[in-house]
Amino acid sequence: MAAAQSRLNIYDAVAANRWRTIALIVMFTGILTALGYVVGEVFAPGGGVAMVPIALGLSGVSATASYFAGDKLVLAQSQAREPAPGEEPQLRNIVETLSIGLGIAPPKIYLIDDTAPNAFATGRDPKHASIAVTRGLLDKLDRTELEGVIAHELSHVVNRDIRVMLLVTVLVGTVALLSDWMLRSFAWGGGGRRGRDRGGGGMIVIVALALAILTPIVATLIQLAVSRQREYLADASGALLTRYPPGLASALRKIAADKEALEVANKATASLYFANPLKDAPRALDGLFDTHPPIAERIRRLEAM
Amino acid sequence: MEILIPVIIIALVVAFIVGLYNRLVTLRQRVREAWSDIDVQLKRRHDLIPNLVETVKGYAAHERGVFENVTKARAAAVAAGQTGTPQERAVAENQLTAALRTVFAVAENYPQLQAVQEFKDLSENLTATEDKIAFARRFYNGNVRDYNTALQTVPTNIIAGTFGFTPEQYFELADATEREVPKVSFT
Repeated sequence: MAAAQSRLNIYDAVAANRWRTIALIVMFTGILTALGYVVGEVFAPGGGVAMVPIALGLSGVSATASYFAGDKLVLAQSQAREPAPGEEPQLRNIVETLSIGLGIAPPKIYLIDDTAPNAFATGRDPKHASIAVTRGLLDKLDRTELEGVIAHELSHVVNRDIRVMLLVTVLVGTVALLSDWMLRSFAWGGGGRRGRDRGGGGMIVIVALALAILTPIVATLIQLAVSRQREYLADASGALLTRYPPGLASALRKIAADKEALEVANKATASLYFANPLKDAPRALDGLFDTHPPIAERIRRLEAM
Repeated sequence: MEILIPVIIIALVVAFIVGLYNRLVTLRQRVREAWSDIDVQLKRRHDLIPNLVETVKGYAAHERGVFENVTKARAAAVAAGQTGTPQERAVAENQLTAALRTVFAVAENYPQLQAVQEFKDLSENLTATEDKIAFARRFYNGNVRDYNTALQTVPTNIIAGTFGFTPEQYFELADATEREVPKVSFT
């Protein structure tokens, strides 16, 4: 009965993620178009309309690029390498075995030569998926714990979480880049030179400034909102796959005890990882700005199973 | 205008039936794909066994009965694999598992054998294959359950009856293993 439940949840999650993907692309296209329009108005009154196709084109290109090549970008940025044939047979066996249990082709395996224990999955669907694990994860965890972590990551793969996470990562990056660029151009006097005698000009500059400051924050909040509930779901379906929740719980405990930060991770890629790789997360705005649910809560839910 | 309404109704009914029919076909296809996963792993296990027998024989030549048993069980499993239903295959595979256990039980008495790299690789491979069989079985049975449930529930059961969809068999390995007493013979 429990297995039937999990299968249902997976199909639900896949459908939800399909909508999320569409919603994300529409939303980011909207944000970029608004940014483009306002920028156009600031630099040449009436020029906003001309910027709209450029903004649309830009968001189209970055969405397409992240859909098809984002996984390679993320893997390269994390300095992940393909293991030599015969290297890490145990990891390979675990990935193959659990993939069979889910009825998917085993994802490509990547290694990150870093002693901090962590892992992530990326790609656009189960046929184009990769799993990267750090050296530290392989060294510090035993077989059942490793199985728990891999099962968690494989759940992200089947649920199509990887696609949403990938799009969010790259699109948020694009928005951040653009508003950064806008702020810089204001700094060396976009409005100042010609502002005074033009009535509406001042207003539009204020709007532009507000947009440039606010959009990256909004974008980040969207990114965080999609990422936390998903971790609980992946923990649950991962535990169901291995039929052994204590394995994953014990892996989480070991990773929580490990104080080392993962050097190859950054703010953009942090939400992809199994556990928050940036150990210096700010405590003040905890609820709002954490990329991951608290590990203690994840362990508690696993132990309640 | 009056003619249009019945036409629309008929078109809707036909579309509904086509949808249900296609759903059943998809579910049945999933069962078959899952079955081929099991098949691949079972064949892999069959391929590993002769090597294992040869390796262990090198150190325990006089345990002839054990080797004969496992070779016979393997032949039966291969034969069941070519013609058998899931149930027949499960029975044969189950006997093979029991026979394999006696090989490993015998091997435990030979410390030199335990140290041989080839034996270590073989037993790691066989363990991994058994794990894979277990997971493939679970996935297959899940798909069978989805398909069989669809055959029995309204409204798909009407379509299933009309177009002759028949239920698929589960692959019950674990239960059978528990019931089966391994035939250990050290003659």
